[in-house]
Amino acid sequence: MKQFLVFIKKEFAHVLRDRRTLLILFGLPVVQILVFGFALTNEVKNSRIVICDYANDESSQALIRKIEASEYFDAEKITLSYSDIEKSFKAGKIKAAVIFPVNFDNDLQHLHKAQIQIISDASDPNTGNTINNYLSTIITDYQRQMIENANIPLRVTTEIRMLYNPQLKAAHNFVPGVMALVLMLVCVMMTSISIVREKEMGTMEVLLVSPYRPILVILSKAVPYLLLSLVNVATILLLSVFVLELPIVGSVWLLFLESILFIITSLSLGLLISTRAKTQQEAMLISMMGMLLPTLIFSGFMFPVENFPLPLQLISNIVPARWYYIIVKTVMVKGLGFSAIWKETLILTGITFFLLVVSLRNFKKRLE
Amino acid sequence: MAEQVIKVERLTKRFGDFTAVDEISFEVNKGEIFGFLGANGAGKTTAMRMLCGLSIPTSGAASVVGFDVYEQTEDIKKNIGYMSQRFSLYEDLTVIENIKFYAGIYGLTKKQIKQKSEELIDRLGLHSETKKLVGALPLGWKQKLAFSVALVHEPKIIFLDEPTGGVDPVTRRQFWEMIYEVSAKGVTVFVTTHYMDEAEYCNRVSIMVDGRIEALDAPRKLKEKFNVSSMDDVFYLLARGAKKAAI
Repeated sequence: MKQFLVFIKKEFAHVLRDRRTLLILFGLPVVQILVFGFALTNEVKNSRIVICDYANDESSQALIRKIEASEYFDAEKITLSYSDIEKSFKAGKIKAAVIFPVNFDNDLQHLHKAQIQIISDASDPNTGNTINNYLSTIITDYQRQMIENANIPLRVTTEIRMLYNPQLKAAHNFVPGVMALVLMLVCVMMTSISIVREKEMGTMEVLLVSPYRPILVILSKAVPYLLLSLVNVATILLLSVFVLELPIVGSVWLLFLESILFIITSLSLGLLISTRAKTQQEAMLISMMGMLLPTLIFSGFMFPVENFPLPLQLISNIVPARWYYIIVKTVMVKGLGFSAIWKETLILTGITFFLLVVSLRNFKKRLE
Repeated sequence: MAEQVIKVERLTKRFGDFTAVDEISFEVNKGEIFGFLGANGAGKTTAMRMLCGLSIPTSGAASVVGFDVYEQTEDIKKNIGYMSQRFSLYEDLTVIENIKFYAGIYGLTKKQIKQKSEELIDRLGLHSETKKLVGALPLGWKQKLAFSVALVHEPKIIFLDEPTGGVDPVTRRQFWEMIYEVSAKGVTVFVTTHYMDEAEYCNRVSIMVDGRIEALDAPRKLKEKFNVSSMDDVFYLLARGAKKAAI
């Protein structure tokens, strides 16, 4: 046990002394969260829109007040003609226009349904979609309130000049993705490099000749990175809660437990790579190409897996990040408990177990 | 008769069809400097790995410090030291951290570690360098440090795998002085080398060719036997007959 602590102390010295490692370890998650976070939210905040209220009645005004209260829009209430609206769009002055027809309240009261037109600037499709989406949410919310108050199935429909993009509903979906990405990168790359470095430097030989057991060498490599990765998880969660204002709906403990599982998965992958790679560069390349890319593509973080052709969907099943991504999303965003993710957890455990057995076996074979 | 710390009898290691070490037998006495020579690929490394408890032999028998190479590899590891050409120090750790780390994984107590590291730094005259990173030390010092670190747990035998590769002649000479010093204290030195002048420094040398030991004696006697003037010639005469290895 004492030997183990001596070894772990040494591992921490390696990490804390190398500025590049430190940068990857702690700079990367922060940068990723901030880049992804603000790239997705900044543009949409305080977007200039115009509201043309041809109705100018009680219902339309109530709804307009709601839109104006939203921090996403810098709304101007002005009754423009259609051609003026078009001019404003062309001049780039506004991102969207919300148009209430003349008899909005009337339709709502008598026909129980009314229509609002939303026109948005789709030259930047992402922003356009997001704006539409926010507006629709506000309108739906208003409609729900009306129904609660009036007990009549009132319907406010929106006529949107763009297609609805389901991915935008939760713009913060990227946090689970970044978590998977960062953990994968840190654990796989760092462990494989640190083990291969010992081989390259010749220190591995000396460790093997010493009475310190080989399995303990592996363990003492894994423990520091496990701890550091947990620090990473905490950093990402804190950033997402306090900077991006995305609350953790589910249990934080469950999130950490599942993260430990995924970290172990990644550590065993790192070990597997280290048994194959001869140089640190090789280890880095394999980690980058072999791990990072599949994580990005197959985890469902960038592209929805459901849209893949079947063969690619099958491949995505063996990518551990895919399951972790689902788990984090379920716990963090949807706030569901273990009963909702036991299947994913089981699959991830299976993959981990498999990787661990294969890599330990490989490691032993290399020793001979 | 001197005490024998390494006893090897018909030791063999096969990898599939390939016989890397072919029934070698020899003994090494306590405090002896034993040179283990051979061209690349002659089976030196494989033989040494078996003696260090890293690789289990295919057949034959061997004991190191009285422990069996099949069953008691853990005990062997506790009682031997090892140093290779690559010095095997952590360049991003300081001198004192390296000493403490290696002493630590051999299970020395805190008190022992403290005492040992002070002793070692005194002997090497590294007082002003203890907090320096090993990477910043000159090669010769690294080598001396690596040697001392390999001895930190007071092993009975030290295995040196081409310890002087890439080191200048002056440093090599100083290094051999250190080897003589520890051998005088009763530590057995088992050394492989490609430098034939170094072979002359050994008490006895063995020369491996194609997995077998073709000659084993004191350098002076080997020269007499083959009727040549240097170990270089002895080595050349024997290794020329090799089938597998290119020299």
